[in-house]
Amino acid sequence: MRNAFASEITALAAQDERLVLLLGDIGNRLFNEFKERFSDRFYNCGVAEANMTGMAAGLALCGMRPITYSITPFAVTRCLEQIKVDVCCQNLPVVIVGTGSGLSYAGLGATHHSMEDIATLRSMPNLTIICPADIMEVRLALRAALKHSGPIYIRLGKKGEPLVHKVEPEFAIGKGIILIEGKDVCILSSGNMLPVAVQTADLLKNHNISSRLISVHTVKPLDEPLLAEAFSNFTLVVTLEEHSLIGGFGSSVAEWLADQPPQPSRLLRIGAPDRFLHEGGGQNHARQVFGLTGEDIAAKVMRVYGT
Amino acid sequence: MTLDNKAKNSADDTSIGLEEIARRIRGRMIELSHRSKTPHLGGALSCVDILTAAYWSFLRIDPQDPTYPDRDRFILSKGHAALALFTTLAERGFFSQALLDTFAQPGSSLEEHPSLGSAPGVEVSSGSLGHGLPIGLGMALAARIQKRPYRVVVVMSDGECEEGSVWEAALFAPMHGLDNLITIIDYNKWQATGRSNEIMALQPLAQKWEAFSWRTYEVDGHDLRALVETFRSFSSGNGKPVAVIAHTVKGKGVSFMEDDNNWHYRIPSGEEVTAAKKELGLL
Repeated sequence: MRNAFASEITALAAQDERLVLLLGDIGNRLFNEFKERFSDRFYNCGVAEANMTGMAAGLALCGMRPITYSITPFAVTRCLEQIKVDVCCQNLPVVIVGTGSGLSYAGLGATHHSMEDIATLRSMPNLTIICPADIMEVRLALRAALKHSGPIYIRLGKKGEPLVHKVEPEFAIGKGIILIEGKDVCILSSGNMLPVAVQTADLLKNHNISSRLISVHTVKPLDEPLLAEAFSNFTLVVTLEEHSLIGGFGSSVAEWLADQPPQPSRLLRIGAPDRFLHEGGGQNHARQVFGLTGEDIAAKVMRVYGT
Repeated sequence: MTLDNKAKNSADDTSIGLEEIARRIRGRMIELSHRSKTPHLGGALSCVDILTAAYWSFLRIDPQDPTYPDRDRFILSKGHAALALFTTLAERGFFSQALLDTFAQPGSSLEEHPSLGSAPGVEVSSGSLGHGLPIGLGMALAARIQKRPYRVVVVMSDGECEEGSVWEAALFAPMHGLDNLITIIDYNKWQATGRSNEIMALQPLAQKWEAFSWRTYEVDGHDLRALVETFRSFSSGNGKPVAVIAHTVKGKGVSFMEDDNNWHYRIPSGEEVTAAKKELGLL
């Protein structure tokens, strides 16, 4: 996703001279082309994310379209108050991009995990939250973000994630994308868990459970018509995310559900438990520890679904 | 109106008359603090002369056209002095005294800290310290990218200089030669609960800014002529952002408020308002 971000943002900078890229001292060589072509709109802001985010607000107040980019904990929680006060409270068109989200950089340790970014950002008024599932969605999300008039957070994974969308889907902020049609279980997958969700759906199919699979790239605002339809037509709705079960996508669906009249279906939330991970190993290992593999999820779904 | 004409409009006044304006602003603020029962008078009074010198003798602004693209941007980063900003803006003609009278009243757009969109002339929301300089830096950078002539002035408090984000911005601005960025520190030597230099090692403050490669000035922040001269001596094109350490007195202008930190939170009684206005020569 990082490479797709770099190439798309460079293409967009050529089309929009208001676009300014602010980096928190990461992306070595990734943005060489951007830097070369648009040197006056490229700033390495150093290891100083609060200043970077405040600067973005100042740029936006003067008509520019700034994008801040760093590893998710540093682009988000490190400078949370700047996001709240400078960006969201003033409702400015700043695009905040976190890379290495969730457990993407699991091996780097808990400082580099972001299992709380959605939880902390979801309560910010005016902020839109997009979690692209693959490089196609990264590109589409960026294009949509730059047409949007308010603040946006884009939650990226790392690099080399599988491409899930075989053709370019129709993309609109706040509208889920149906990938697989099914009738028994509805899987709502957020962000980089989509490849695992596809695997889960395949495993369930082997057990004669038919899944509808939806990429819910926008966590805020929620696609409420999509949720209403899912909860009235499926006995089990599953949310899937590489984020804490506290305050993330699953939480937001549960909150939405609690405010609805009684529904015939049940919600199953899949995400990370409420604890820090302190062991070596990459993303796949971390997913195993937290029960976020296709096998783990399919087994859980089958237990709850009653097979 | 061209930029040149606008610039002339705001720069032709001299320090003669500024003192009277500053006295009037102080009187209004004390009245409004009493009426609205709002605190922070001490730190608001300490920056009145800075605002007066900036708004009447330095900033290229047009109260009749408060959002024209090439205007200078002014950020009151020490947002708790909102009353000083609002009173200055009203006095300078950005909005009516009637709007100013609603300050801190239920439903008023004028809160106890400034909010973007609350009134003409308010460029940025502030209230949480350490935010104004990074935002101002972004504005100064925008001017550079857009090849526009505007300058950005950020007023901070000394206590505010304890925020790490201030020094993040202090490191960035000289690196990129943003000489259209001016920060003025209202150095009244107090913060909410005590002497700023007894809480954090702020001293030597001017040398700190100098060491961070800012073109640094020290000035008596109540000497309007000195402030105006300092502001007018800024020249762009030297590649250095400007830091002005303005030595001030908290509660300046009223003998029983001066350098008494109780006035960070105290609200003047009716009798105190009268006494203060007498001292200011307004009664």
